[in-house]
Order: sequence, then C-alpha cells, then structure tokens
Amino acid sequence: MAAPQIRRPGFSRRAQYGLFLSYVAAVAGIVVAVLLLILAKLDPAGFNAVRGAALDVTTPIASGGRKVARAIGNAGDAIGDYFRAGSQNARLKRELRATHRRLIEARAAEFENSRLKRLLRLSSELPDAIATGRIVSSTFDASRRLATLDAGAAAGIRIGQPVRGPEGLIGRIVENGRHASRVLLLTDGSSNVPVLLVRDGTPALATGRGDGTIELKTLEVGRNPFRRGDVVVTSGVGGVYTPGIPVAIVVTVNRDDTVARPLADPARVDFAIVQRLYMPSATAPLAPAPAPAAAADPAAAR
Amino acid sequence: MSRIALTEGDFRRKALRRQYVPIGSVLLAAMLALLPIVATAPLIPDIAFLLLLAWRLLRPEVWPATAAIPLGLFNDLVAGHPIGQSMMLWTMVMLAFDFADSRSLYRDYWMDWFFAALAIIGYVLGGWAVAAYMGSAAPVTTMLPIAAASVLAFPLAAQLALALDRWRLTR
Repeated sequence: MAAPQIRRPGFSRRAQYGLFLSYVAAVAGIVVAVLLLILAKLDPAGFNAVRGAALDVTTPIASGGRKVARAIGNAGDAIGDYFRAGSQNARLKRELRATHRRLIEARAAEFENSRLKRLLRLSSELPDAIATGRIVSSTFDASRRLATLDAGAAAGIRIGQPVRGPEGLIGRIVENGRHASRVLLLTDGSSNVPVLLVRDGTPALATGRGDGTIELKTLEVGRNPFRRGDVVVTSGVGGVYTPGIPVAIVVTVNRDDTVARPLADPARVDFAIVQRLYMPSATAPLAPAPAPAAAADPAAAR
Repeated sequence: MSRIALTEGDFRRKALRRQYVPIGSVLLAAMLALLPIVATAPLIPDIAFLLLLAWRLLRPEVWPATAAIPLGLFNDLVAGHPIGQSMMLWTMVMLAFDFADSRSLYRDYWMDWFFAALAIIGYVLGGWAVAAYMGSAAPVTTMLPIAAASVLAFPLAAQLALALDRWRLTR
C-alpha cells in the first residue's frame, strides 16, 4: 500500500502556510504542556482547583460501579478458595495453633502495657478521624499509584492528611475536590513513610516501588534486620502519620534490599479513614533564620 | 434502522456521526480510567492512547496534530496524570507520525504495528520519565509489563477503530 500523501499540500501557497501553522501550533502546545508540568512540579497543589473539579465530576461514575467490581473480585476469591480447600484447611489449623499461643502472650503484654501506661499517665487516644470514605478507583495505566476517595473538602479533608483502613495505612491525600480526593498509595514511587520494625524497634523508611510492593530501607548500613513475615508500623517521625499504624509485611529479604507488601489492600478495604496530621507543627516550614547573623559576616558564610 | 437516509434529520445525524465518532471514541476510551478498578501495579494499557494511534494510522486526515492537545488535556484530567503529560506526549507522537508519513514510501499492516510499537514504548517511557520528574522513585522495569501489554493490545485497538470507521461511514 502506498503511503498516504495527505500531508502534502501540493503547490497551493495557502495550503502550505496552513500546514506550517498547524505544526507551529502543535509545537507551541508541547511547549505549553512542558511548562504546565514544570509548574506542577514547582507547586504540586497549584492546579488543585481544576483537578479537584475534574475529580468531583468523574467520581460518581466510579463509585456507582465499585460495588459490582468488588462483588466480581470476591466471587473470584471464593472460587479459588474452593479449589484450595484442603491445603488451606491444614494451613489454617497450623495458624490457629500458633495464634492461640500468641493470644496468651498478647494478653499478658496488654495487661502490662495498661499498667505501664497508668504509671506514665499516657493517653492512648488516637487522633480523631476527620472523615470516612470509600476507595472507588485508581490509576491503572500510569507509573503513579493514585486512588480516588469519595470524600473531599466538604468533609474536612485537606491535602497531606494520612488515610488508613482497618488493616493498616493506605496513603496520604495529594489532591482534593469538594466531594472527592486523590490518595497517593504507599506503593507509589514517591511515597516515603517512616516506619519501625515491630519486633525490635529498628527504624526504617518504607518507599513505594510502583509495582504493588514497598521497599524497606534501614537507616544504618550493615546487617539486614528484617526477616520474612516481619511487620512494620508507622513510627510517627516527621509528624504526618500517627505512630503504631500497621504498614507492611516483609515478603522477601535479600542482602541489601527488603521487599514488603502493604497490609491494607486498597482494592479490598471497605472504608478508608482520613486522619488528622499527627503533629501539624512538625510539617510546617521552619521559621526563617535570624537575618543579622547571616548578613554580618559574608566571608564566614562561604 | 434503515440504511438509507430518508429525511433531513437522517442526513444531519449521519454527518454528525461521520464527524464526531473518532473524537468521541477517544474521549470515551479516556473515561475508561473511571472504571471502578483499584490496581496496585500498572498493568492495563492506556486504551485512549492506543485508539488515538489506531485512528491516526487508519485515517491520517480526520484530525491534525494539534487535536492531541485538547484530547491530552482531557485524558490528564480524567486519569489523574500531572496536567501536561498526555498533552505533551500525545502531540509529540502525532508530530512523529506526520514526519514518518512524509518520509516513508509504502505502508502495510506490519509497518503500522512496528511504528505503533515504537510510539507505545516511547509513550510508556515518557510517562515514566514524567513520574520520575515529579518525584517517583519507581524503577523503569515496573513499566515493562504495561509496555508489552500495550504493544500486544494495539491490533485490538486497530480492529476497534476499523469497525468504528466502517460504522461511521455507512450511508
């Protein structure tokens, strides 16, 4: 087949200029798009008004069909369970025995905990939930992992607040409209959560890998403290996430990288709870340094 | 429905269909991002982009390269990309196809798929690069499955565009 010659305008000057101008317009469009991207990088909340409005308009479509999608997903699981009934039964029995032992230990620990707390007069209150919503959809073609929550600024949700489910942390709000907001999931490559290893309190950083898993990085170099099955919880460092929210469970451990899976599957959580910032003052910008000290001796600054 | 246009209304409807089916199909495909699916890894191809490519290869005359700017903006807003990502990448791909058309001497099905595959890989890498610029630390290997899935899904998008085109042009 011969190539289409649709873009050859022939000898007409007018048609040639028209074509040339359309290319100029296309290149100008690319330049504008690049500028928009740079603006979005410099000021992440800058287009929130436009994007929030788009979210508000589109979310009802997703939230309407979510129930159907969940029912289909659950049916798939039920069929899988049926086929694995035998091995699952044996595994569950093993787990039950282990859990019984743990339960007794946990009761003892709980008792001791409450005694110590009374001694220290610590309050064990969680920061109040601002709003509850459902995760209704997510990006599925991009390298960003963002989910849509069907509650927004009208329910008191602001950018930056943490989102959790009953099983554990889900992410934090990055964009909000009146009635919907977007959640940056833990698995996104730009999500960083300070965590603690429950077993011995080793601090670490949980960074998303973009493929549904999380990488755990310890703050010191050397021996890898993680073991398969370890659970990490938020540490509260940085002042965004309340300490003690379960985050992830370790699935593979290599010499220098540890891969974990988030405990709360955003595809399964029924309700997501938006919480207040743990310590809002910790995320506020630092007060400017006293000017005279810096200006007094420019030679020392160099 | 009768296939013969009998009234003025029929003519108008068919003219509208001829004009708006390509753009409407791409907008609808962009709205597939609103499906209530919650995915933790990128797996499903960007169907709007595949359809745009298929229309561009099938009917180069239906829209100029500049049409990708508003279409991309719509896709960015609906799918939650940073504003400007699809605007930039889609327009670049359209310009690249205009350039390829002005240089190539013949076209066939395999050539179309080959150029589409190049465009898809460029698009996926571009999306990854924009995400990296926005602060994501995801390794580029996370995008391999979706790039492969998109290249393999392109013939389906081409079939869909072809079917829509036949329906669009029935008199």
